[in-house]
Order: sequence, then structure tokens, then C-alpha cells
Amino acid sequence: MKTLISGNEACAIGAKLCRPKVIPVYPITPSTHTAEKISELIANGELDAEMIKVESEHSALSACIGAQVCGVRTFTVTASQGLALMHEVLFNASGLRLPIVMGVANRALSAPINIWGDQSDALAERDSSWLQFYCESAQEILDTVIQAYKISENHDVLLPSMVCFDGFTLSHVSEPVDVPEQSEVDEFLGDYIPYYKFDIENPKTIGALAFPDTFMEFKKQQEDAMRKAKETIKIVNKEFSKKFGRSYGDGLIDAYNMEDAEKCLIALGSLCSTAKVVVDNLREKVGIVRVRSFRPFPSNELRDICSGVKAIAVIDRAFSYGHAGVLYNEVKSALYDLKERPKISNFVIGLGGRDVRKEDIEFSIKNADKNEIFWVNTKE
Amino acid sequence: MIEIRIHGRGGQGAVTSAELLALAAFKDKKYAQSFPMFGVERRGAPVEAFCRIDKEKIMERSQIYEPDYVLVLDSTLLKSVDVTKGLKKSGLLVINSKQDVSKLNLNFEIGKIISIDLNSIALNIIGRPIVNTAMLGAFAGITNIITLKSLTEAIQERFDEKIAIKNKELAEKSYEIARKFVLGMKKNEIQ
Repeated sequence: MKTLISGNEACAIGAKLCRPKVIPVYPITPSTHTAEKISELIANGELDAEMIKVESEHSALSACIGAQVCGVRTFTVTASQGLALMHEVLFNASGLRLPIVMGVANRALSAPINIWGDQSDALAERDSSWLQFYCESAQEILDTVIQAYKISENHDVLLPSMVCFDGFTLSHVSEPVDVPEQSEVDEFLGDYIPYYKFDIENPKTIGALAFPDTFMEFKKQQEDAMRKAKETIKIVNKEFSKKFGRSYGDGLIDAYNMEDAEKCLIALGSLCSTAKVVVDNLREKVGIVRVRSFRPFPSNELRDICSGVKAIAVIDRAFSYGHAGVLYNEVKSALYDLKERPKISNFVIGLGGRDVRKEDIEFSIKNADKNEIFWVNTKE
Repeated sequence: MIEIRIHGRGGQGAVTSAELLALAAFKDKKYAQSFPMFGVERRGAPVEAFCRIDKEKIMERSQIYEPDYVLVLDSTLLKSVDVTKGLKKSGLLVINSKQDVSKLNLNFEIGKIISIDLNSIALNIIGRPIVNTAMLGAFAGITNIITLKSLTEAIQERFDEKIAIKNKELAEKSYEIARKFVLGMKKNEIQ
């Protein structure tokens, strides 16, 4: 059924369709409407789940872990400081190999305090061993939540997923979304089959101490799972397309106009949508590669699609202070192995909710070959 | 693509207007996008809300800087807000006011401003000067960008039954008045 809903509502409905049983939340702007919508769905009897109103985001994710080890699907949603407060629990969730799915309405981190959108919050959790997907539309948020459960729960993967969407630009914008039937999602996803769970008949300990003689093997397994996740993401994207008629590139990257592109723009999230309008109006041969899966990072896919491109503009809505934009670092490192390396510039745009305008994107494309880091549209 | 900006004060339903507008356009089988001014809202403070309507899928996600239409729910905003900012020269401004357009001192071509006293229509029907659905009825009557049928359906869907009935009546009444107004304007132009 097609309906007009916001990104937050799409996130909530996506979660609802996957039938999580326990949803611990501590609402925070701009993700609050997701939590509100979920509580409405539970109150209306449309979702049979327990929503736990916890005292902090640290507790929200801890409660997800507690519920998930008992053998049920869980969901939570957060942003910014909330995600930062979850930091240590993120590593527990992934280390325990629990396929938790969490919505993140991307927002800047304090100080100065700022409630608006950028991607500093999720990108700061790069090394937490969570899969990270970045969405371009409300439709993609809904679809990605469903895909994320399927990917995370695959026994070759068993890592949690963040479904990231730009705060306000997506979370608060209402647009048409095709909501799949519950029965179709049930068929696509199937019942949750936990790899392990607590059982009173067979008591076990989880998260026990790992000595130096085993710890590295646990970590190596996480990395192996991340590598396997790349293939799983592609397969799930294809299966999703077959079932629902929608797909997002190959699942890892979403390329636009790249066939004979001489320049290309690489970015995460909703600004790629506006960038398509910009590129369509340019006379140059410019393509766009949207990185949909930031973790696992699609290094090979980027190398393949960027070979032959002369200049690349990487747009970042997050910065690694003392070095460069977060995505820019990853792209540069991935393309180092190319025989003919393109020129790559970095454009820092839209921090703390500053609007990403068409002229900012045009500026980035124009200056792609400068090999520099630009802070775009900033005052002196 | 048509871009619309709505000015109001916190509590007057500007954000709801943008949502209803998008929902009505969607019901008319168009593509639509609505969003509030991103930030914190306080009751009584000036707020803005936005809507994009197109036949094609809307890809643009930046803010609206040069709207085709500006709708002003509260004429006291004129003292503190530049409601004509960025408004396209070919655009149109609709304002809820008792005043004649010539007395509003707006920095815009007078022929492209329509002033309608929506407060009195709202007071008559719902007993309160809440004019967001009245403004949308008037907008539909003036521009035909959304149909009255879809607007009333959107109101029905968005509000509880009791509130919906009054608001549909309000939208219909404002639509009629606006249609007469526009037809009158065209007649004057011909004379």
C-alpha cells in the first residue's frame, strides 16, 4: 500500500513488519518519532511487542542484548549523544554476535549542542563491528530495516546492524512510501532462528572472560563475518528485489550515471538524491556512487566502478579531526591499489544541519581534481 | 515542480498544513514531499513549513529557497518576518488578512498578492481563528494545484472525526469564497 509518511514513520513501520518482540528505547531528537510511532502501533494492537522505557540509551541497548540472548528479535532507535552513550554496549552486542537492528537518525555531536543532522554520530562508531547502512529515501529506510534483519541474522554474519538515515532531511520529511504486506515480509524474513540462546534446561554463560590465547580468534571471526556479510548483503538485495520489486544498487554501492563518467561524486545518505538533480543538469560526464554499506566497506566495488574516472569528489558530513573527512579516508585507501589513481578531493558539507545545497554539490564536482580538503560554505 | 512555503506561528498548524497539502497532492496521484522548518518550535513563535509537488518523483532534498507560492496564516507575522523572501517573481502570495493588499506594504507586485479574511470564516464555522485548513481550501480554489476532493479526504484521514467534519466544512467554504474571488479578479482584468 502506498502512503505518505516521514522517514521516522517508515523506520517504525519497517521494524514493525519484522515483528521484534522487545523494543527498549530512550527517545532522542531527531529519532523520537520512530519511538512514538512504534508505541502507537503497539497500542493499536498492530504490533505484539514489549516496549521498555529505559533510563538511558546505555540501558536501551543493554536491554536489547538481554532480550536477544533469550531468543527474540529486538529493535531500538537513537541518535547523536544517545548513540555515543551506547558506545561500550555496541562492542558487547557485536562481540556477542547478536543480530540486533537499530535505527539511527544521524545527528551532530555536542559541543556546541546541536540537534540537527550530520553523520558524526554513526561514523564515530565505525570500529564497533556493526554493519552500517546509509539510506537515501524514506522508502529505503523501511526496506533497509527489513533487509538488515535478514543480513544480520544470517548465520554466516551474526553481527548487529545500524540503519542510518539523515536527521531531519529524512527523519522529518514526509513522502510517498510503498508499505509491503505483512505476509510478504513474513515470507521474506522467516522466523528468527537464534544461533544460541538462554535455556533453563541447558544453562550457559555468555560473554565470559577470554584470555589472550583465545581473544584474537574471537575478533578474527568477527572480521571473517564482516567479509562474508558483503556477499550476504548483495544476495539479500537481489532477493528483496525479486520479492518486492525494489533494490539499491548491488546492495553495497548504488551507482548513477557511471557508465562513461570522467568525474564522480562519492557520498553517504540523502544528499546523493539532490546530487542526481545536479548531475542531470551538468554538461560534463559526472556520475555518483552512493556508499550504501559503510561497514562492511565496499573497497573492491569502489575500485571497479572508479577505474577510468579521472577525478573524484568525496563529500563528508563528518570529520576525523586532525586528519580528513571520514568517508574520504576510506575511499582514498580503497583506491590506492588502482594502477591509474584518480585525483581525489574532500568536501566537508552540511555539519550540524547546514543545508546541503545544489550549489555546494556543484562546487564539489567542479573542484574534484584539486587534491584538497575543502570546508564548503563556511564563514570566515 | 511546485514549491510552497507556509508561514505561521507555533500552534497555528503550519506544519500540519504542509502535511495535508502533500497528502492531498498524493491523493491526486502526484508525488509530494512535506517538511517543517528543521528545529525547535515554540508556541507563538514564527514557524515555516514546506511542500514540494510534482508529477515526477522528487529527488531534491535541499531546503526551499525560491518558492512558487507563499501562504501566510497570520498577518501579524509581517512585522517580524520577510514573507516574500525568495518568492519567485512569477509566484503568488496568499495571506489571511482583513486588510486590502495595497495596505499590507508587502515588497511584492500587488497583483500577485491575494488577501482573504480567513479568520472570520473560521470563527463562523469552528468558533476559533485556526485557519490552516481554510488556507488550504483557499489555495485549492485559487490555484487548482490540489483538488478540493483530495483535500477533504486528507483532512478526514488526518483528524479525528469531530474535528474533521468542521475542518472539511471550513476548507469547502474557503474554497468557494476563493473561487469567487479569483473569478472576480479575472473579470476585473478583462474590464
